[in-house]
Amino acid sequence: MPEPLLSVERLTMRFGGLAAIDDMSLDVPAGLITGVIGPNGAGKTTFFNCLTGFYKPTTGSVRLNHPRHGALRLESLPSHEVARLAQVVRTFQNIRTFPKMTVLENLIVAQHNVLQQASFFSLAGILGLPSYRRAEARALEKAVGWLTRLGLIDKADIPAGALPYGMQRRVEIARALCVDPLLLCLDEPAAGLNPRESGELNELLRRLVEEERLTLLLIEHDMSVVMNVCDHICVLNYGRKIAEGTPREIQNDPQVIKAYLGEEEAGDMRVEMKEVMKA
Amino acid sequence: MPRLVSISDASGWTERLKDAAGVALIALLLGIPMIGLTTADQGGALEVLTRWPLLGAFVAVVFCGRLLLRYLLDLLKRRRQTRERQQGEVTAVTMKRVWLDGRVLSAIGWLVLGVALVLPVVFSDNRYVVDIATTVLIYVMLGWGLNVVVGLAGLLDMGHAAFYAVGAYAYALLATRFGWGFWEALPVAGLIATVFGLAIGWPSLRLRGDYLAIVTLGFGEIIRVVLVNWTDFSGGPNGISQIPRPNFFGLPFSPSGDRPTFASFFGLEFSPMHRIIFLYYVILMLSLLTNALVARLRRLPIGRAWEAMREDEIACKALGMDVTKIKLSAFALGAMLGGVAGVFFAARQGFISPESFTFNESAIILAIVVLGGMGSQLGVVLASLVLVLIPEIGRDFSEYRMLLFGTAMILIMIWRPAGILSHREPTLRHAAAGGEHA
Repeated sequence: MPEPLLSVERLTMRFGGLAAIDDMSLDVPAGLITGVIGPNGAGKTTFFNCLTGFYKPTTGSVRLNHPRHGALRLESLPSHEVARLAQVVRTFQNIRTFPKMTVLENLIVAQHNVLQQASFFSLAGILGLPSYRRAEARALEKAVGWLTRLGLIDKADIPAGALPYGMQRRVEIARALCVDPLLLCLDEPAAGLNPRESGELNELLRRLVEEERLTLLLIEHDMSVVMNVCDHICVLNYGRKIAEGTPREIQNDPQVIKAYLGEEEAGDMRVEMKEVMKA
Repeated sequence: MPRLVSISDASGWTERLKDAAGVALIALLLGIPMIGLTTADQGGALEVLTRWPLLGAFVAVVFCGRLLLRYLLDLLKRRRQTRERQQGEVTAVTMKRVWLDGRVLSAIGWLVLGVALVLPVVFSDNRYVVDIATTVLIYVMLGWGLNVVVGLAGLLDMGHAAFYAVGAYAYALLATRFGWGFWEALPVAGLIATVFGLAIGWPSLRLRGDYLAIVTLGFGEIIRVVLVNWTDFSGGPNGISQIPRPNFFGLPFSPSGDRPTFASFFGLEFSPMHRIIFLYYVILMLSLLTNALVARLRRLPIGRAWEAMREDEIACKALGMDVTKIKLSAFALGAMLGGVAGVFFAARQGFISPESFTFNESAIILAIVVLGGMGSQLGVVLASLVLVLIPEIGRDFSEYRMLLFGTAMILIMIWRPAGILSHREPTLRHAAAGGEHA
């Protein structure tokens, strides 16, 4: 296995008496797609919130091996530093675009830190200095590049909130890509997509890993996405990691099948997963 | 259009009759004490008399009026629906309309600017008109300042009059105690207001929406109460008087004196209107500067960040944006612009007291921003015009003046729930940047 980009060690997150995440450890290998699956309420989104600084974990550590800044402890960074400094960027289960702003503006806002620096506390921007103009042109170029690759370019000037659900998901991914992520954390990117759209999503995710050398961490319910695109899967149940391995190993893991379906229907689940793999 | 209306009219009329009957019933209930019963002086004693026929007529008028109103509304609705059905591709049409809206709006903007520029020339001997126009411009400036905080950054600030007060008192004190002139005090007072903006922004960073509204409301009251009670510093309820007026690059506006005055320098006959018109142009220039600054900032990273924060603060954090700095910058800029407006107010009035900076003032400024359409610069201008002019027009109606004011506000919000101008112009376009898909 390649060098892990992210190492989660003995992470625990308690809310009062409830341990939403209980002593979880996980290595996320660089340049691969790691899936986090589990039944509803297993603690998947809580895990993302701990990674990205939205929650402060009760105990445990999250270490990121950053190529330029060395080892960073994500659990001690505020959420905006997780994105800015550590380049760990996330999307949300319930879409969070900026609905009244156009798709293009959404992607430009994502490059705020670079542009703000170039605008020198807005001074260079107000004066319209060439250095700021160049930075803005570069930001626009990057945004247009991602919009083209994600098939959104003809929607660039439309308010994000006016787009259909599936497209808003893509806008959110495109926006996250504009932050130049090292690790991209996607929270149920296929939720609400039709089969064709989720097929396109699979292709996109594979391309990001192969062409952009991104590392992906993925929470997903849609088994066709999970089984087809993930290189590595971690299964959570009641805040505990109950299994980890390749998609093939996971489908045959009796613990996982039990967690999802209970004992009796285990056989069906196995058949269903195999069918999905073939598809 | 009668052919259109006759479709499915049978059910339409029963609906309308029921509705009108309901309204007539309410009118009857209200009318019994208000119209049906009356008192009359009968030889020194008060007697209760009845006026049933009048009440009957009243209810009948309400019934017919309501019926007619419903009929007209339905007619309008149906005509609109037919028109929409005829316009094939809805999306294409709306896109075109949005684009047209932008063009029309900028035309209106230039028109308003043109009127503003020539107004004092046309009304050069009408002090009343120029004074009202100056008041409108003060509110425009206050509205533009608050628009940054409420309209762009989405932070509900109900204490904007506090910054207005800080600016006014800063100038009044600097001028009366240290002999500062208007132009030197203007930036310094703006800076002082900025500091106050940061002071209120800092502790309220974690608050949003209604909670923030309460904190800012409290802050506004604190400033006012301090000004009322700290007599040594602010003159207490008596305020500060004899605040020096701004002069024209060193030339005072006075009848005659040892030094050259504005009138003598330009070889004009002295007229008190000179100063009034000069003040008008000063506030016009300050407002235009404000507008240029805010319009420019809106197209810069910080402006887009303000709007993004209004849309979704959590998403901003996830994209690596420091929400703390973004919020503080919005507060600071809004406060500074409020402070500058305050300096002008103090210089124009020559006298200020805490009475001018009550919660009522904050509420009117907020109403201007909301009524104008959050974030719309031109909307603020139109709303300021409406909110300043309605009470003025209402002077003829004396005690019904505030009633008229309230009714107008309610009607505008029913007519345009998102404000007079809710159109949002994107800060940049792919089409404009030379995209082939335009």
